[in-house]
Amino acid sequence: MTAPAIELKTINKRFGPVWANRDINLRVMPGTVHGIVGENGAGKSTLMSILYGFYIADDGQTLVNGQELTIQNSQQAITAGIGMVHQHFMLVEPFTVLENVMLGMEGQGLLSRARGKARKALNDIASRYGLNIDPDAIVGDLPVGLQQRVEILKALYRGAKILILDEPTSVLTPQEAGQLFEILESLRSQGVTILLITHKLREIMAITNHVSVMRAGQMVAHRDTVKTNPEELAELMVGRKVLLTVDKEPARPGENRMTVDKIGYVDSRGVKCLKDISFSLRAGEILGVAGVTGNGQTELMKVLSGALSPTSGSVKLETRSGVQVLKVGEWPDAGQMRDYSIGHVPEDRLQQGVVKSFDASENAILGYHNKPEYGQPLLNPEKVVKATREMMDAYDVRPQLPSMKTANFSGGNQQKLVLAREMMKEPDILLIGQPTRGVDIGAIEFIHRNMIEARDKGAAVLLVSVELDEILSLSDRIIVMNDGAITGEVVASETNETELGVLMTSSADGDEPKLQKHGLQKEPEKEKEEVVV
Amino acid sequence: MDMLDHIFSLLGASIRMATPLIFAAMAGIYSERSGVVDIGLEGKMLFGAFAAAVASFETGNPFLGLLAGIVICVLLSLMHGYASVKIRGDQVISGLAVNFLASGLTVTLGHAWYGQGGLTPALTNSQRFTGITLPGAEWLGAHVPVIGPFYEQVISGHNLLVYAAFAVVALTYRALFSTRFGLHLRATGEEPNAVDSAGISVAWVRYRAVLIAGVLCGFAGAYLSIAQNAAFQREMTSGRGYIALAAVIFGKWHPKGALGACLLFGFLQAMETRMQNVQIPMIGELPSQLFSAIPYIITVVLLAGFIGKAVAPKAIGVPYVKER
Repeated sequence: MTAPAIELKTINKRFGPVWANRDINLRVMPGTVHGIVGENGAGKSTLMSILYGFYIADDGQTLVNGQELTIQNSQQAITAGIGMVHQHFMLVEPFTVLENVMLGMEGQGLLSRARGKARKALNDIASRYGLNIDPDAIVGDLPVGLQQRVEILKALYRGAKILILDEPTSVLTPQEAGQLFEILESLRSQGVTILLITHKLREIMAITNHVSVMRAGQMVAHRDTVKTNPEELAELMVGRKVLLTVDKEPARPGENRMTVDKIGYVDSRGVKCLKDISFSLRAGEILGVAGVTGNGQTELMKVLSGALSPTSGSVKLETRSGVQVLKVGEWPDAGQMRDYSIGHVPEDRLQQGVVKSFDASENAILGYHNKPEYGQPLLNPEKVVKATREMMDAYDVRPQLPSMKTANFSGGNQQKLVLAREMMKEPDILLIGQPTRGVDIGAIEFIHRNMIEARDKGAAVLLVSVELDEILSLSDRIIVMNDGAITGEVVASETNETELGVLMTSSADGDEPKLQKHGLQKEPEKEKEEVVV
Repeated sequence: MDMLDHIFSLLGASIRMATPLIFAAMAGIYSERSGVVDIGLEGKMLFGAFAAAVASFETGNPFLGLLAGIVICVLLSLMHGYASVKIRGDQVISGLAVNFLASGLTVTLGHAWYGQGGLTPALTNSQRFTGITLPGAEWLGAHVPVIGPFYEQVISGHNLLVYAAFAVVALTYRALFSTRFGLHLRATGEEPNAVDSAGISVAWVRYRAVLIAGVLCGFAGAYLSIAQNAAFQREMTSGRGYIALAAVIFGKWHPKGALGACLLFGFLQAMETRMQNVQIPMIGELPSQLFSAIPYIITVVLLAGFIGKAVAPKAIGVPYVKER
């Protein structure tokens, strides 16, 4: 019987009083894809950091290919044949692909010879695994999918036989994710062992051979992927039954609430972030905005919430506070937008949603602090705390301590507090960005239910999310953005990920998809050469 | 011919003025490319100048003076490095501390040891680095038009440290872009996480960078007190450390760019001396302070968009803490 590629025995790791990992046992067989699932904070990342030498376990054993090792730093992990593709890429953006790959593996003091050697080795690896890339491209200029490819090449260049991927698809389009899985398949077929950390159960089902589930720092189950299903895994992750799909009635859209007409935004560097965006949003519907991060969704949300003034176009609002036509030059600020009955759950909770160092109660009224119900002219702390308690009660924010520092709440609870603040005022229009980013499965279910409820009460909801699952299950209609423009509008019940993926990479004027424009263009040439040979 | 003489002697003076800036700017590049802000260039230079003057006077050997300057600056650098890398303190504050320390301690020690109001005793020529006449300078100057005098007055006749400064620029360029150390250094200033995960110690790279910065500041300081001048005076750096920092930014953290900026600033300083009491037709006498201010004005104005954005190393000023 072959030894496991990785075997962990009773690994423990504590940070102060918190057990990040407790009695972890894990066996990963060589040449398999092994998934590790768990909610945020379940200890997946800590465990992988221990394996890669970022952290040192308090006790327990680590065996790599049957040999016991104490991995004290990344260098030792690399020597043991372990490579890691981090969720946040560890790439030096102004450097070329080649320089990034050879960093730390130059072998000699002078770079000119090191470069030549590295180039040859990189080309060998690239062709062996079918990972084509231009070695001289500047990494910062590459699309995210190719940057990830550089990370994989880096690991392989270091001789990795065991590859750890931490949430690898969180930044990818569905197409790029598809390509990644093809790469992983090809790596597996050549004997590479892959550890895949993810919270997306669909990916676990699609590619892994085995799966281990973590909850609250402990391993709660090991399964063969063919013998389990998403429902079981979700239940193991959360510790109770979870509804993975959102139950909702068909929408009953009412009158127009917001009519966006040819909104454009050019930023200070002269980049056109928004190009003639037009759509309408009606009461009682959820309009999803799909797209890869950084294609104008953020700017759109900022414009509509009053954080940015557009450079062209107009927006007509028809809400309980009357009809307003918003024009360039007299754009309302975020406070006025709230007065026009617009609630806003920002995409980036910690940047725009809350002030981390404030008490929960202070954040609970942020943006509404001038409302008479919180006391005037001075804030009335009792009223504020009372209102906060109501919010915490209604939105199940735990712990229910209005005086606790916001930073000490978990991401899910912070988000629920923001949602409560914005949604309990029952505004006519709700702008919601990335409602479940960094939020665990249990809270996701709750948040989704509340959004549907708000819709059914007649709110017009605009939802921006990079999670296609979320867009597809919540929205009634979907618009897709790419490169600052709307590239398509579809009815949610009649579309699927593939169609959205195509729209996410196509351009508004019908050019070819973006992927072919970058780095990959070398492929056709290569095929030609092969034909000649 | 007279005009040419003026120009050449002005250029020669520019190079002498630029030399301490070049050493200090290269020091700044090493430090800042590794991600450690070095606002303490000024203080290190000052202390280096003091140590060099004292050691040179006491031993009679300018090389020992230089060595003393280097040792002191390396010690100050280690202090700054310890604060920035090990304790992850605020790098600007730590740099300021170095400046204050140098400003106060040099005068106090100087006063205690020599009782000349902070000055060190005047050095004789044998205790200093003095000008070197390059081979054939006189003959070329006398016999070959234009190129000859240029060689004689601009290229030849400087002290050893001036030539060393230019060699340091070339070495810095090579080190940054053609060696493994340089690759690690630049990567550390941009993305220390990537460096760490590649199995390279971020702290060790940064320590080496600040150490090199210390050595170069020692050269800069020694140049001021035992080459360009013949004694240490209080506050004799008079802002050169900050000008060097401006040159680093102006040169976009690149040795060639910084060299250009230092030469330009050196030229302006040479002009400042020349223009004292000179009546310009229609305008009258230009205040010499104008020339002192110009480097800063140029840096600010040009960086405001004329030469494109100077993009600092991404991780500059940020202590490295392992993620999560």
